[in-house]
Amino acid sequence: MKGNGVTGNANPLRRVGALFDGARDWWEHAKVWQRYLVYLGAIVFALVLPAPWIGSFMSPGSDWTTVLIYPIGTYILLAIGLNIVVGQAGLLDLGFVAFFAIGGYSVAYFGTQYGWNYWATVAFGILITAVSGVILGAPTLRLRGDYLAIVTLGFGEIVRITANNTDEIGGARGITNIPHPTDIPGVVEFALLPAPYYYLMVAAIIVVIIFSVRLQKSRVGRAWAAIREDEDAAELMGVPTFKFKLLAFAIGAMIGGLAGGIYAGKAVFIEPNTFPFILSATILAAVVLGGSGNLPGVMLGAFVIAWLPERFREVEWLKDALGGKDPAEFRILLFGGVLVLMMGLKPEGLLPSRRRKAELHEGTGGMGTMGAEVAGPDTDVTTTEAAK
Amino acid sequence: MLDDFLNQFLPSTVGGLVFGSIYALIALGYTMVYGVLRLINFAHSEIFMIGTFTSLVVITAVAPASPLTGFALFGVMLLIIALSALISGGAAMLLEVVAYRPLRKKGATRLTALISAIGASLFLQELFALVIIPWLTGKPGRNQQSSPRLVDRDTVFSIGNAAIRTDHIIVIVAAVIMMIALDRVVNRTKIGRGIRATAQDPEAAVLMGVSIDNIVRVTFLLGGAMAGVAGALYLMEFENTVFNVGFVLGIKAFTAAVLGGIGNLRGALLGGVVLGLIENWGAIFLGSEWKDVIAFTVLVIVLMFRPTGILGESLQKARA
Repeated sequence: MKGNGVTGNANPLRRVGALFDGARDWWEHAKVWQRYLVYLGAIVFALVLPAPWIGSFMSPGSDWTTVLIYPIGTYILLAIGLNIVVGQAGLLDLGFVAFFAIGGYSVAYFGTQYGWNYWATVAFGILITAVSGVILGAPTLRLRGDYLAIVTLGFGEIVRITANNTDEIGGARGITNIPHPTDIPGVVEFALLPAPYYYLMVAAIIVVIIFSVRLQKSRVGRAWAAIREDEDAAELMGVPTFKFKLLAFAIGAMIGGLAGGIYAGKAVFIEPNTFPFILSATILAAVVLGGSGNLPGVMLGAFVIAWLPERFREVEWLKDALGGKDPAEFRILLFGGVLVLMMGLKPEGLLPSRRRKAELHEGTGGMGTMGAEVAGPDTDVTTTEAAK
Repeated sequence: MLDDFLNQFLPSTVGGLVFGSIYALIALGYTMVYGVLRLINFAHSEIFMIGTFTSLVVITAVAPASPLTGFALFGVMLLIIALSALISGGAAMLLEVVAYRPLRKKGATRLTALISAIGASLFLQELFALVIIPWLTGKPGRNQQSSPRLVDRDTVFSIGNAAIRTDHIIVIVAAVIMMIALDRVVNRTKIGRGIRATAQDPEAAVLMGVSIDNIVRVTFLLGGAMAGVAGALYLMEFENTVFNVGFVLGIKAFTAAVLGGIGNLRGALLGGVVLGLIENWGAIFLGSEWKDVIAFTVLVIVLMFRPTGILGESLQKARA
């Protein structure tokens, strides 16, 4: 183990990691009924979460259930989607918000222009985002690493500017009066109360988690891990890397589109500026902070990044300390600082996936190192830049 | 349509050259840092933003006397450019120490470094929006800040229907001078040789007695100074700035660097000018609201078909 600037257990981050490792060991050897008990516990926890007594502590300033839907639930859903692209396949995507936008816009457009049923628009929106994921990926996925990152960022901006300049979908004014989700007779009615939307969000998150975990354990997930660790080796061993990268893009996009659809149904109004680059960066921060490639970690990261600013939105003593500014205004400043610090101290995140951690410690996971670094006694550079 | 194009061709060519000079100056920083560190310095756009605000403060200070002409203008321009270059260069060096050096020492992956760069970029933008801009100007940090006019917009001469104005000449001439200076530094000085050597093979460079840390510091200083000059020229030409002015401009300048061939100084100049022209000519057909989309599309196409850019060779392969 190489030290990360801090020694032993003096580092609280590491203690969290150790605690989590213990839990993971238990989970590895847990019996089936024990696992199902945990699943049940998690679901019950999610169902009682909107309770007022929890809300009074978690979100005294604003309606807790609404906060649970946006930002918390939405960020968690987006982070799970981005985790497939970044965490599992190792493709850095800085334009993820584009898929969120496309999903939201399809629900809004087909709902308002053609009066389609809400569920149909969501399904169709997911289809459109999958296709756009392929369209976006096909030309760009030949690129590696940071070039890919910049191109996806460009694509995210292209989508936003195009929405802004196209009057057909409302231009800069956006789309208003998006229909609410259609009621399911006898089960649930969607009106102005936030609760049903929250349960819809929970259902979506559960489905996506199951989907994501099954994928990770399948052949597809193994192919992604191989691509992430060493793309050339994977290709030589017969993994059709390009196809699998496209698949990762498309599946991540679908989850983004689903999140966009749910968001549009709740928000009733979307405009191009609902989908800025900073949202892509925020979701990326959530994934990286939590522990890229590890689902519980990613969800924790998304929760923290969504909840903290909301919690301290109108806290008086903090407000005074900041010279009368709303503490939530400082959230992006904080993200930026946290990203830099995390990368310097613990690049694998708070709850790293074990494999990921090993990769980062033994080599570079096939991503290549920064240039201008020279192997010294305390660095072990197993992979050097091949492109010299 | 074609009539439109012919009518607007010359004026938009001039506009494209002015924009292109600014892109090229910013692109130099991207290209140098990429050449030496293999890192897309995502926070470089904020170094440019710092340059615009430095010159905003100076221009506001001399505002009662402006618009200036003759020697006074020359002196003030020199002061603004020098100060912006100094402060931006310093900021870039600080950025390197805080955000990149620890990672470099640990042998971090390139994606780790890029994420750190994004973090630094957001941090700097917000620091300016929340703290520094209100303190400098006394206005809300997220507003557009406009600057007083420093140079009169006099037409010096015309080519066809394109008026070449004083400010156009200042921007293009200043940019060209800065680029020649940088080219000289990299190709003719000892420190420049160190930069080229490090870009080519850091390990061999160390064995030959090059101090990598010094080289990286100087690289950031030079690139940052160029971005600072670009910031000064941008403010003088467009007379407004905002805390996130660097975002789109930064991506475009990076596009220019890639277009010319990343790691290649002369390529940055070529890429900047070509991108500026493509953008402005394309805007005649599509309207100026599509300018950014045109630039990003150029980026995608270049990376797809010729990732090494137009000139293709790079800092590392340059003959010492």
